[in-house]
Amino acid sequence: MVFRTLLATLRRGPATRPAHAPDDEAAQAFAVRLDAAAQQRLGRSLAIRSVNAGGCNGCELELRMLGAAVYDLERFGLRFVTSPRHADVLLVTGPVTRTMHAALVRTWQAMPDPKWVVAVGDCGIDGGVFKGSYAVSGGVDAAVPVDLTIRGCPPTPLQLLDGLRTLLEANAR
Amino acid sequence: MTASGIIAAAVTAPCHPWPRHILAPDAWSALAAVLAEEPSLELLALWADPTQVYALFHDAGSGRFLPASVAIVGGGYPALSPQRPAAAWFERVVHDLWGHTALGATDARPWLDHGRWGQAAPLATRPAPLAVTPAPPEFLPVAAEDYHQIPLGPVFGGIGEPGHFRLSAEGEAVLRLEVRLGYAHKGTLGLMRGKSPRASARFAARISGDATVAHAIAFARAAEAAAATDPSPRAHALRAVMAELERIANHFADIAALAEAAGFAVLATPAARQREAVLNAADAAFGHRLMMDRVIPGGVAADLDADGADAIRGGLVALDAGLQGLVRLIDASSSLADRLAAGAVAPALVARYAAGGPVGRAAGRAFDARKTPGYKPYDSLFFEVPTLPGGDAEARLRIRLAEIRESLHLLRSLLATLPEGPVSVPLPLASGEGIGWAEGCRGDIWHWLRLDGGLIAAAFVRDPAWLHFPLFEAAMSGSTIADFPLCAASFGCSVSGVDL
Repeated sequence: MVFRTLLATLRRGPATRPAHAPDDEAAQAFAVRLDAAAQQRLGRSLAIRSVNAGGCNGCELELRMLGAAVYDLERFGLRFVTSPRHADVLLVTGPVTRTMHAALVRTWQAMPDPKWVVAVGDCGIDGGVFKGSYAVSGGVDAAVPVDLTIRGCPPTPLQLLDGLRTLLEANAR
Repeated sequence: MTASGIIAAAVTAPCHPWPRHILAPDAWSALAAVLAEEPSLELLALWADPTQVYALFHDAGSGRFLPASVAIVGGGYPALSPQRPAAAWFERVVHDLWGHTALGATDARPWLDHGRWGQAAPLATRPAPLAVTPAPPEFLPVAAEDYHQIPLGPVFGGIGEPGHFRLSAEGEAVLRLEVRLGYAHKGTLGLMRGKSPRASARFAARISGDATVAHAIAFARAAEAAAATDPSPRAHALRAVMAELERIANHFADIAALAEAAGFAVLATPAARQREAVLNAADAAFGHRLMMDRVIPGGVAADLDADGADAIRGGLVALDAGLQGLVRLIDASSSLADRLAAGAVAPALVARYAAGGPVGRAAGRAFDARKTPGYKPYDSLFFEVPTLPGGDAEARLRIRLAEIRESLHLLRSLLATLPEGPVSVPLPLASGEGIGWAEGCRGDIWHWLRLDGGLIAAAFVRDPAWLHFPLFEAAMSGSTIADFPLCAASFGCSVSGVDL
């Protein structure tokens, strides 16, 4: 069984896709926001806590693919953690519904400094298609300060990977 | 008089494809009283508009679908939940969104409304402004002396949806699981009102991301029924191609999630790779990995060219081999089979809730919206609806595997017989009422809407998760805390589908 798997892997090559070079301009802009102390402390590794602030679960479907062999997030030193107390980055999806507003703010407050917020998906930018609803605060910015946005409905895993690596590059400078 | 007899005897109003029976309040009371004597009359959905409450019944005995409605008198209507427990969540949402009270209901607690919208009954004609501070939620009592509670969510481990899960346990043994939703309530039904079906299709596509194609199909079919329009045969076929791709992709994702929850990474990795292969084929064929916004009222928004069809065909060969590999791996792992003997629901309870999808079919309920009531193009395609009697996590896994196989067959025959013609037709500016349905990856999806001069006057969406969450709760009581992630992955309920 194992032998056959090894043989197949040798023949096919790895399933993991090569990634693009991160966006240099965005990395530069983001590097400005990080202070030197933070960079020294975190190095090239970031722990991410993902929170769905009332999204349709489309972004979650693609976020979950990041951990799979094809995109293999951990090769870049990025990993998802379960507790906000262990996280450097809060990754928020969804339009921030009024019912999730308080929970999102409390998750952010539970994170130790230095910390950053990444808004994922068009909803997270300004509420997306749900903008103007009685039940939606309208974007992650309405609840917590946003440092980086990744557009798309939902963003593809490659777009997510590019965005998150921008964070990492900026952090390493 | 039997319950179905009471409905059938009432006068009807036009609604497509089935006329809606308008019951007088006393007839509705009589219906509520005798509902328990007719278990074959399944309640599929209950919803409202500012003046009426609606219900959709399926008479499993005769195969008829019976939409019914009752006018609101004095702000209330007779509750169905004492006879039909599945009605309880619907009655609570009718109260939260439209402000109608179910008289004699088993549960009068708020549901989606956590007191944070700044208004009460947002879909009523005149929503009342709300200035009170939100009250802490009440949970159902537990009949035990020495127990502890574990509150999970709305923010908890992993990449998932926001919901609150309250586990009451005595040591490791779970006494009760109670689900509290509403955190992902986006006001979708309110956003749909006053817009054309074409403009509203993007909301339907975002009811639940995992079933974006199926929801878009059900919504488009409801709008087409209301406007008495039929899309071209090519549009029907392309919708089915997208729906089957979506089903395969999500079943692989559910298998990966279940394997991960069972600590069986050697299955999770190849299952996730298979999902990626399906999404890549969908992207090459329709220009979007999840095929979001590709189904619109009147047809589809993306045609399939020869390259796209080849991309899907090429994917099918690899998927066939991949599926066989997964089945071999599962069959050879007795430790996995041991772990998956959990999360069982009694077939009688599944039938009582009229739960569809893999949850229903793994417990012997063979309902599939592609067969009953059926829709184009599935009426001219041959496929099996696999069922199993077990009702546990392993049965649901086996059903998903069998359904992937059927969907691969369906894709082959759909691509081989793809009709030529236009991909969309314009919808007339019509007035009318329509019901649309589609079989999504998690089960039967129902959309109802009323058009007024080409614009949506009222709408309701029933995701399969409405009937799956209560079964998930039932499966957890008597189970252990350690089984919670496994059960959650095995049921695969969508929070956003219920939260609207």
